[in-house]
Amino acid sequence: MNRNALKISTAVLAAGVLLAACAPGSGSEDPPSSEDREISTDLAALGDITLTVWDQETRGGQDEQMTQLNEAFMDAYPNITIDRLSQSFDDLETTLRGALTGDDAPDVVQANNSRGTMGAFVGADLLLDLTPYADAYGWTDRYSESVLAASTYSADGVTFGEGNIYGLPQVGEIVGIFYSRAALSAAGIDEAALTGGTWADFTAALASAQAAGQVPIQLGNLDGWPAVHVFGPIQGQHVPADQIAALGQGNAGASWLTPENEAAAAELQGWVESGYFNEGPNGTDYDAAWASFGEGTGTFLIGGSWLAADLEAAMGEDVGFMAPPPAEAGGQRATTGATGLPFAVTAQSPNADAAAGYIDFITSDDAMAVLAETGNMPVNRTAELAPESGVNADIFAAFGDVSENGHLLPYLDWATPTMGDTIGAALQDLIAAQTDPAQFTQVLEDDYSAFVAEG
Amino acid sequence: MRHQRRYLPYLYLAPALLLFGGFLIYPLIRSVQFSLFEWDGLGASEFVGFDNYVELFTDEVLRAAFGHALVLILFFSVLPLVLGLVVAAILNRAQVRGLGLFRTVVFLPQVLAMVVVAVAWRQIYAPDGGLNTALRAVGLDALTRTWLGDYTWTLPAVGIVGTWVQTGLVTVLLLAGMGRVPRELFEAARLDGAGAIREFFAITLPSVRGEIAVALTLTIVAALKTFDLVYVTTGGGPGNSTTVPAYEVFQRAFREGAVGSAAAIAVALTAIIFVLNVIVNRIAEGRQG
Repeated sequence: MNRNALKISTAVLAAGVLLAACAPGSGSEDPPSSEDREISTDLAALGDITLTVWDQETRGGQDEQMTQLNEAFMDAYPNITIDRLSQSFDDLETTLRGALTGDDAPDVVQANNSRGTMGAFVGADLLLDLTPYADAYGWTDRYSESVLAASTYSADGVTFGEGNIYGLPQVGEIVGIFYSRAALSAAGIDEAALTGGTWADFTAALASAQAAGQVPIQLGNLDGWPAVHVFGPIQGQHVPADQIAALGQGNAGASWLTPENEAAAAELQGWVESGYFNEGPNGTDYDAAWASFGEGTGTFLIGGSWLAADLEAAMGEDVGFMAPPPAEAGGQRATTGATGLPFAVTAQSPNADAAAGYIDFITSDDAMAVLAETGNMPVNRTAELAPESGVNADIFAAFGDVSENGHLLPYLDWATPTMGDTIGAALQDLIAAQTDPAQFTQVLEDDYSAFVAEG
Repeated sequence: MRHQRRYLPYLYLAPALLLFGGFLIYPLIRSVQFSLFEWDGLGASEFVGFDNYVELFTDEVLRAAFGHALVLILFFSVLPLVLGLVVAAILNRAQVRGLGLFRTVVFLPQVLAMVVVAVAWRQIYAPDGGLNTALRAVGLDALTRTWLGDYTWTLPAVGIVGTWVQTGLVTVLLLAGMGRVPRELFEAARLDGAGAIREFFAITLPSVRGEIAVALTLTIVAALKTFDLVYVTTGGGPGNSTTVPAYEVFQRAFREGAVGSAAAIAVALTAIIFVLNVIVNRIAEGRQG
């Protein structure tokens, strides 16, 4: 029996080696070039079409807005039917590669802005360049430059942030500082002075909170990525915004090995040493951390705007939100943030005109109002559509301020296909004092420079 | 007529062989093929020969991953075997009342999906979870820690979950084996004045050699292909201190777009599992003969 097994395994190996002659991924044909094609924005004249749309708007308000907008679209264009497939972010991320390289790709997909997803798809000619439609529909007027940059790549996928437009987002996201008003007053911290103050005022507040016996910052970093959202705002204080943008977009010309980046890492490690975090952040679940904050343990929580609905449900009027304060009074605010996943058109789609028209429809000014009504933060008209009160009023205002007057910085894990893993593990090492700030920046530099060199 | 008959069995087997070939052999061949390329799963690929295999030895994270898998064998196979032998020997010797119930309870972790097990243990290991609460309750505050965030303790903590799951399987297997041993043998041993321990080493242990081989085969495979447990409890962290080969395969193939590297790890893992099991079975068969 063992001899047979040996024979079989040898045969399998040999067959694999023989097959090596025909390379995987070599069978795909070149997609039609978008430049030579006539585009049309007259959707009603396109005839009967079924558009397949893959999105990840599965949760309450997200699903609601999608349903409403799809119905409105089909009412406006009875000749076009939307065939919607909605799945979780993780499922979409892992199935999209197969779907786009298969024979029957969907027409419209939500593709993550990152190098590993949108960048890789653009490099492999799987997404349609939407620039001609952007001109026709006036998208450059509708969107701010920094928002459009997040779904812009060069045609070869090498440069991120410049070149062709490959998708449009519906919603905005911002990473900032949630705080508990009750905890602030218990620690003797003045809320108005804090939100209108500087970064130094914020770090002083951390010390006051600790002196008052509170947990200054809740962090659940079991999965590694939550600490990226704490590091991002700190980095924004130390490192010039254009350098962070280059590092986050994985473009050549920047380096992690700078004194500023090291200072940012040192500040985060200093927070750990000062005992500003809850016990064992690396062993604490993300959901458990924000839930503890919601239950009243903790003064601050540094995290994304997507937590607002749950925190407001738990804390009501007690929870407030601010963008990380600037280094100097009156200065520009810089923080991690961006957009929800952009909607893109696949290169294979035979219905490109209808698909682009659909994306225009669900990102229009009217659509922004629908998004706001259903509890989402629209990426455009944000300040205008802000709710009157509550934590979402703070968040809408902060996003409007940072995206228009400050620097909305890319997520650092967008930089390379492996960066999410690399930075997550590196931050866990840094927080656990397994590495020092210099070693931390070196690990990130290795990942970044290896990718840039390949470019 | 005779000619026809010789091929007839294969005709009956054909559907199964086709399925086996289509869903097992073909993907395996393709994996070997992919492992020789650098490919992102999307565009064109580049033939790199055995570079992806060389990486298995040069990439620190990968070396560590295989090292962790070997540590997990201790927790998934060796510990459950020792525990299972003791428990089964006791249960077999003393005619415990409610043996059926006990067997079921011990076997229960095997029935649960690993993801369910992992989610439950993630709660137990949480900083204010069951384990730390229990330790504090009995005054062992000094032993409490963030089990899934501690560089020394996380891998053993994950391993213990494996021990918890596999012990039941091993115990039930061994109990079945011990049940086959004729009562007269034990009686004879007792008449000769053998104690429980002597009896165990002279009769029980040699007679369940076959079951031990089966148990080791199953648990070693489980240890080496661990994925869901790590994915749910730690995601390979903190740092890279609990990452395992199967987790790296998933990460590289589906998240990082390094299909060739993922395939090379998968092929190497398959080979290691295969070789280890051949060795286990050789030893067991050899001694029996």
